[in-house]
Amino acid sequence: MSREATNKIRAIIVDDEELARQVLREFLASHPEIELVAECANGFEAVKAAAELKPGLIFLDVQMPKLDGFEVLELLGSDAGVIFVTAYDSYAIRAFEVHAVDYLLKPFSAERFDAALARAKDRLGGKMPPASELAAAARPPAQYLDRIPVRDGTRVFIIPVGKLDYAEAQDDYVALCAEGKKHLKQQTISSLESSLDPSRFMRIHRSYVVNLERVARVEPYGKDTHVAVLTSGVQLPVSRAGYARLRAFLDR
Amino acid sequence: MRPTPIGSGGLLSLWVLVAGLLAYLLAGPGGLTWTEAFAVSIPLCVVYAFICVSAWYSCRATPVEQSGLIRLTLTHLTAALVASGVWILTAKILGGILSSFAPFRGLDARLPKSYPLIFGIGILLYLLRVAAYYVRLSVEASQEAKEREMKASVLARDAELRALKAQVNPHFLFNSLNSISALTSSDAPKAREMCILLADFLRRTLGLGEKASIPLDEELSLIRSFLAVEKIRFGARLQMDESIDKNALDVSVPPLLLQPLVENAVAHGIANLVEGGAIRLEARCQDGVLSIAIENRFDPDAPPKRKSGVGLVNVRQRLEARYGQLASFNVKKAGDIYRVALVLPAEREGRSS
Repeated sequence: MSREATNKIRAIIVDDEELARQVLREFLASHPEIELVAECANGFEAVKAAAELKPGLIFLDVQMPKLDGFEVLELLGSDAGVIFVTAYDSYAIRAFEVHAVDYLLKPFSAERFDAALARAKDRLGGKMPPASELAAAARPPAQYLDRIPVRDGTRVFIIPVGKLDYAEAQDDYVALCAEGKKHLKQQTISSLESSLDPSRFMRIHRSYVVNLERVARVEPYGKDTHVAVLTSGVQLPVSRAGYARLRAFLDR
Repeated sequence: MRPTPIGSGGLLSLWVLVAGLLAYLLAGPGGLTWTEAFAVSIPLCVVYAFICVSAWYSCRATPVEQSGLIRLTLTHLTAALVASGVWILTAKILGGILSSFAPFRGLDARLPKSYPLIFGIGILLYLLRVAAYYVRLSVEASQEAKEREMKASVLARDAELRALKAQVNPHFLFNSLNSISALTSSDAPKAREMCILLADFLRRTLGLGEKASIPLDEELSLIRSFLAVEKIRFGARLQMDESIDKNALDVSVPPLLLQPLVENAVAHGIANLVEGGAIRLEARCQDGVLSIAIENRFDPDAPPKRKSGVGLVNVRQRLEARYGQLASFNVKKAGDIYRVALVLPAEREGRSS
């Protein structure tokens, strides 16, 4: 490889169908400024490849085994440009109307592909919308998460929301506590809260969202403050507003 | 709305007529005065109108078509004897009460002469009521059947329309076209083959719209042409495993009954498996019953689907509308195996070409 290789945009292709990857590979061949560094057939591979190879550009299918395109998007760092490649997905279209880098609807022409690529290159230097924001926009309205994907290095954990005990805000991260383990995820606690079903999860404190099924009791703690005691024995601080909400729920 | 067994205004006027007739008989052969006759017949008829309502339940419990003649006769004759006996008892009590009033003094002594008459009329009335209820039940049953038939035809038409839309489902069609697009440069003959397979499948689906039922054989070949297209897309990830009884092939089934299930098995099963898997199709025909099962592996931890199984609901509804209780539809998940089992009456028709 020559020195120019470092100036190339590194790209990965994520699609579970070999023929679909083949089209992208073929169209990419006429763009020497793009270097194809990996092809992935499922979401896990994609997250791993993205973490290891730090690509600048990702071609991403929506419906795939293991993790779907949106979940992959949620686990990516925000520095990669993503072009969705999908047969038909109104959510993807909606997401990209708001935050789009671009999307390609299968089947697509070489011209359409080139246009998407040009657009992505323009955006690469500039600021990209955070991937988690894109993923949130892509979620259909009034539909809450069933599971939360979390990335630890190149490994991916899936936490079903029923197993989540509580979440704690830690600067730019949230710590998700499930089955006695903590998983860090780059997300604000407010954005996590908004993606969880409010009849099952409650914000009891500026820094805490709790799974209501796990709350064993609420006890006073000093003057004006309370703690929620979980079935596991863990105690979480409850703010005054959180206490009012929690009481309203428990008195029901 | 379900009618009550009590009945309507028409029935009330019939009972008024019966009360008049009873009064006439009590006054004539019974030797009562007209006042006495009416004072006895009117309350008696009111009471008996309610007693006869009990026939509704025994009629429902012993449907004409399913119970033998002996059982029918025994059931209703016993019920009629009991009902009429209760009626006589009522008459006796009524006579006793009335005779304590001045105008009816001595009625309790003169009334027993008419007991056989009242008893006979009681049995007759009860049996008439039974007959009337049976007529009503059969009218209701035929209405229900008509309703079900109408619902079935609406659902079938609906399913056809949906079939045209769903089978030529955007995901399937666009993905297939994308595969063809890929193949045109790498393997032109294969691209052509896929075009032909796709056209073949589309043509078959379109043709099925007008038919109420098709031989299972034809449905299976539709499924094979669908899977042939998908096989090019998924490559080695998609396999097919058939176990079909020969005598099941000419059984009539509603068109596009199984195709949505197979499409589900691909979209929600195989497509979510990295290494893929086989779709297993079984059909057995025994004792006039056709049993079909579609089985595939799936990933219990697959990403949540944005589109739920409309296909399953649709198939269940169509079976219910067409066969009622005679068909069943079962979905079973065991570990990573997903199994849909259908049972329906094995109807056969002369094969139309």
